[in-house]
Amino acid sequence: MKIVLNGEAFATDAVTLDELCARLGFAEAKIATAVNGNFVEAAKRPATPLAEADEIEIVAPRQGG
Amino acid sequence: MLTVYGKSFQSRLLLGTAQYPSPSSLKQAVEASGAEIVTVSLRRESSRARTGQGFWGLIEEMDVRVLPNTAGCRTAREAVATAKMAREMFGTDWVKLEVIANDDTLQPDLYGLVEAAGELVADGFEVLPYTTEDLSAAERLVAAGCRMLMPWAAPIGSARGLINKDALRTLRAYFPDIPLIVDAGLGAPSHAAEVMELGYDGVLLNTAIAKAGDPVKMAEAFAKAVAAGRLAFEAGLIEPRDMAAPSTPVAGTPFFKIDQAS
Repeated sequence: MKIVLNGEAFATDAVTLDELCARLGFAEAKIATAVNGNFVEAAKRPATPLAEADEIEIVAPRQGG
Repeated sequence: MLTVYGKSFQSRLLLGTAQYPSPSSLKQAVEASGAEIVTVSLRRESSRARTGQGFWGLIEEMDVRVLPNTAGCRTAREAVATAKMAREMFGTDWVKLEVIANDDTLQPDLYGLVEAAGELVADGFEVLPYTTEDLSAAERLVAAGCRMLMPWAAPIGSARGLINKDALRTLRAYFPDIPLIVDAGLGAPSHAAEVMELGYDGVLLNTAIAKAGDPVKMAEAFAKAVAAGRLAFEAGLIEPRDMAAPSTPVAGTPFFKIDQAS
């Protein structure tokens, strides 16, 4: 399945958002997620299925002004 | 003492965490400034670099409250989604709400800002809106449920100081009981002192310290300027006047003769 991960084309067989995060090594990481512009809370990632062309954002803390 | 959304702080200086020459200079500058609130952002995380994980470790070492921003968001929808991600990640209802209208001026999109603020307040957020000095926008933000305001002094990173001091003074007069913090556009400690002399509750800045030749020393300079400006406001500044007024007593001036008086 082809999705867009953080603005770039990405191929994955992950079925859920939680699985995608785990495969990327983010299982224990301090991250937050959104799918197609909408925030998805951590507890709901296992129940969030991925679909073709979904736009996924995975973000983490960064310096800011 | 600065009070924002029911939380009190000794320091009236809030610091951004970006653009420092190194993580250790950021940490030392925060310590030298005495700041108790620092701003942070959210950015896309690479599974290889994992940049955010290291940065978070650094922030956790500091004894500060974190204020996440929505920097770079161009629409109310983006800002609301970013604020929700920030709330979960940082465990705070506070959000420095930014909806940016223009890349050259980085001025707030006031319409999007008011829209996003209303939505976030309804969702339980405590919104710290990055706005302009515009009074009508400020009134809309307060009506939307913001219980503090953060007008700019000048465009972000411009270091120009208070380009519309009259309007900042007007805002202070209109909102005597709402915390007002100037956010953005300051370049020198004298600018920060000027803001505080107007009776503002605090100052938030980043570039002026991070890009200084010696950020740690500049952090200390800003801390002293903010404290001095606040003291001056509390002490009560004298009014400017057009003509000179002698400070030394006139009575008893030696060699004075009445026909010399003009």
